[in-house]
Amino acid sequence: MTIILNGDRVDVTPPLTLSTLLVQLGVDPRRVAIEHNLNVIKKTSYDTTEIHDGDQVEIVNFVGGGTTR
Amino acid sequence: MNANPQPFISASDVLEIAGRQFKSRLIVGTGKYSSFAVMQRAHEASGADMVTVAVRRVNISDRSKESLLDYIDTSRIALLPNTAGCYSADDAVRTARLGREAGLSNWVKLEVIGDAKTLFPDNEELLAATKILVKEGFVVLPYTTDDPVVCRKLEDAGAAAVMPLGAPIGSGLGIQNANNIRIIRESARVPVILDAGVGTASDAVIAMELGADGVLMNTAIAEAQDPLAMAESMKLAVQAGRLAYRAGRMGRRMYASASSPLSGAVK
Repeated sequence: MTIILNGDRVDVTPPLTLSTLLVQLGVDPRRVAIEHNLNVIKKTSYDTTEIHDGDQVEIVNFVGGGTTR
Repeated sequence: MNANPQPFISASDVLEIAGRQFKSRLIVGTGKYSSFAVMQRAHEASGADMVTVAVRRVNISDRSKESLLDYIDTSRIALLPNTAGCYSADDAVRTARLGREAGLSNWVKLEVIGDAKTLFPDNEELLAATKILVKEGFVVLPYTTDDPVVCRKLEDAGAAAVMPLGAPIGSGLGIQNANNIRIIRESARVPVILDAGVGTASDAVIAMELGADGVLMNTAIAEAQDPLAMAESMKLAVQAGRLAYRAGRMGRRMYASASSPLSGAVK
């Protein structure tokens, strides 16, 4: 199936949860926040949040910045 | 004579925003530094106990990059996620929600930009986003133009502080409309943090002398030839300006007024 991950189309293999996606990407869940189809998902729900074909996933973290650059 | 070398810098004169106290009235950014290590040392030299951070997409293809959070002691320094780069209330609200989840704090430095060249805020969108986020329980610190009416509207919408600009972001031009900052301070019931435009220490002093409760800056420190020295200079400037504001400056006169007695001079 294909999902939109951080704005890019990415092919992934179902079944997939947010937790397994993070493992596959090598991303530490403690340092990020995730938006799934425009809803922010709590870390405690990563295990139970299933990703489906066409879903939109944004994974963000903190970067250096003061004001708009 | 008070033997204390800093007799009037009172530990009780703290910056309080939304019931939370900060020892320093200087808030600093985390961008534009030559390295995270330099940033960390600059933060220490500044004495700031709150720093602002941006929320951005994780680089999926390159996970090798160091994490900003490895260089911020969050047990001592509060994180203030910002919505820098957002051009609509919707995007700013989304970014604020993500920042809350990433930082586990409901504080946000709310930026909604209206113009790419000046980075001036879009006050209409800013106000709309403030209302939504306040309703969601955020402590909202909006970055705004130096307009007392807009500041009042933001305050009425529930902003925990107002952050008028001194000059365009990253310009280092200093406070362009000092009288507006003074008027904003006079009329606001929430803390006023001067945000953006500081270029050197005297700009920070002026902000504080005008009555600002704090100053937020990034580029002035990060782009100084010696960021660590500038960070310390800003710490002292904010303290000096605050002290001068509390001391109350002398009145201005159009002509001289002799400090020495006129009688008894040798003639």
